[in-house]
Amino acid sequence: MRKKILKLIDKNSKLSVEDMAIMLDADKDEIQAEIIAMEADKVICGYTTLINWDLVDDTDAITALIEVKVTPQRGEGFDKIAERVYKFDEVEAVYLMSGAYDLTVIMHGKTMRDVASFVSSRLATMEDIISTTTHFILKKYKEHGIALCKKNEDERMLITP
Amino acid sequence: MRNPLSKKITAIKPSGIRKFFDIVSEMEDAISLGVGEPDFNTPWHIREEGIYSLERGKTHYTSNAGLKELKVEICNYLKRRCNLEYNYNDEVLVTVGGSEAIDIALRAMLDDGDEVIIPQPSYVSYEPCVVLANGVPVIVKLQEKDNFKLTKQQLLDTITDKTKVLVMPFPNNPTGAIMTYEDLKDIVDVIIEKDIFVISDEIYSELTYDREHVSIASFPGMKERTIVINGFSKSYAMTGWRLGYACGPQPIIEQMVKIHQFAIMCAPTTSQFAAVEALKNGDVDVKNMRETYNQRRRFLMYKFKELGIPCFEPFGAFYVFPNISKFGMTSEEFAMKLLEEEKVAVVPGTAFGDCGEGFLRISYAYSIENLKIAMEKIENFIKKL
Repeated sequence: MRKKILKLIDKNSKLSVEDMAIMLDADKDEIQAEIIAMEADKVICGYTTLINWDLVDDTDAITALIEVKVTPQRGEGFDKIAERVYKFDEVEAVYLMSGAYDLTVIMHGKTMRDVASFVSSRLATMEDIISTTTHFILKKYKEHGIALCKKNEDERMLITP
Repeated sequence: MRNPLSKKITAIKPSGIRKFFDIVSEMEDAISLGVGEPDFNTPWHIREEGIYSLERGKTHYTSNAGLKELKVEICNYLKRRCNLEYNYNDEVLVTVGGSEAIDIALRAMLDDGDEVIIPQPSYVSYEPCVVLANGVPVIVKLQEKDNFKLTKQQLLDTITDKTKVLVMPFPNNPTGAIMTYEDLKDIVDVIIEKDIFVISDEIYSELTYDREHVSIASFPGMKERTIVINGFSKSYAMTGWRLGYACGPQPIIEQMVKIHQFAIMCAPTTSQFAAVEALKNGDVDVKNMRETYNQRRRFLMYKFKELGIPCFEPFGAFYVFPNISKFGMTSEEFAMKLLEEEKVAVVPGTAFGDCGEGFLRISYAYSIENLKIAMEKIENFIKKL
């Protein structure tokens, strides 16, 4: 049942418990209890909204993806350094990677200068960080499985047999 | 000047759906629940394979019966999903949608005056196709009290010495009814005893909910007298690709291939390449779409119950078929009024046969958000009645 609930609200967190109960042919109270339990277990960490900021006036936000190479610490691995990075409010996401570098850091800034200053004064100066490579995101095409730049039009004729 | 037209053709009524379509398409910002095709687009990996085939220059005819690779995959699929075994070489024909398969199966099997039993309400093309093949359509009126299944008694009452073919339209458009293993078992003996043939239109087979689809051809003694028709339109959301297939006994398929080769040549090549990908790697898409349809199905069933409109529970296709006879209007009057007052388009049950009177076909090939808005409007409408 948990997986079924998560699959539904992963795509649409606005669904009411009543609707979910009907759609999944389950008991309303059971779904409510599962959701509360999953929130407590931190399976559900929060509810956000998928926004295409490009369509909102006067919001010149910049998103950057920063490749970070670090020296893992004895006994701590990458976790300690990752924590030091993700605690910054500017940082949106941090992932440990396989391959050519160690951490992917995704951050938002108002201007390019904001990002540059964060990288040079905050990130690059941490003693376990060996190097950084900063990429600016030019355009977002798809996020969370939803194409951002395409209108969702029904191409079908209105009545078909 | 002489009349250029065939009497047989002019005597055939145009589809009842067409008339309604013309009215709806004039109306701006109507919300439609009248569509008989998936709201999903074809999964990208399938589309991509079609594009790739074009890039590779696969732009020529295939053999008449279809690409060997596709026929092999169709056989694998039917074995995997329906427990049916066919020889790809001479028991499979790839067609231009299920519709072509219906037409040429009838043409291959009927002589003048042969009777074809057609359970209704059902898809609009069976009856005219029988007439075009010089057969005589004999309609069985499926009943709401039987959950719109074909019963043994109805079949026995309809079979005559002239009966040659029974059309089995399950899972059913427009009712959503299915025939379970037990339901089919009941009628199989009659079919064998009376020595008639079956054209089983299983185009909605993958859209069977809370149980597995059973093909009538999987019963002992039935494979040799059944043409199974299926396709890619509904299960893989590939309506526009126009691709279906027919499987059956070699002597019938051989004659169908003959008609197909003269009338069509071969099914679209791009679609055939895309369909190979669908059958090889599309099971998960089908599963996800089925799950989503099922959620919507439950939603509509709940809403109709809440509104106090009787609606038998359909376990197949993507339609519900509520009974609106208590409102004292014909299906067409109800549908017209609903369209005029609330701008919601549904299809009157009569578009699928006279016995659809008193019912509406409501499609749930729409997002939950759309269904919610439409059901609110339907609620407003019936409150005013």
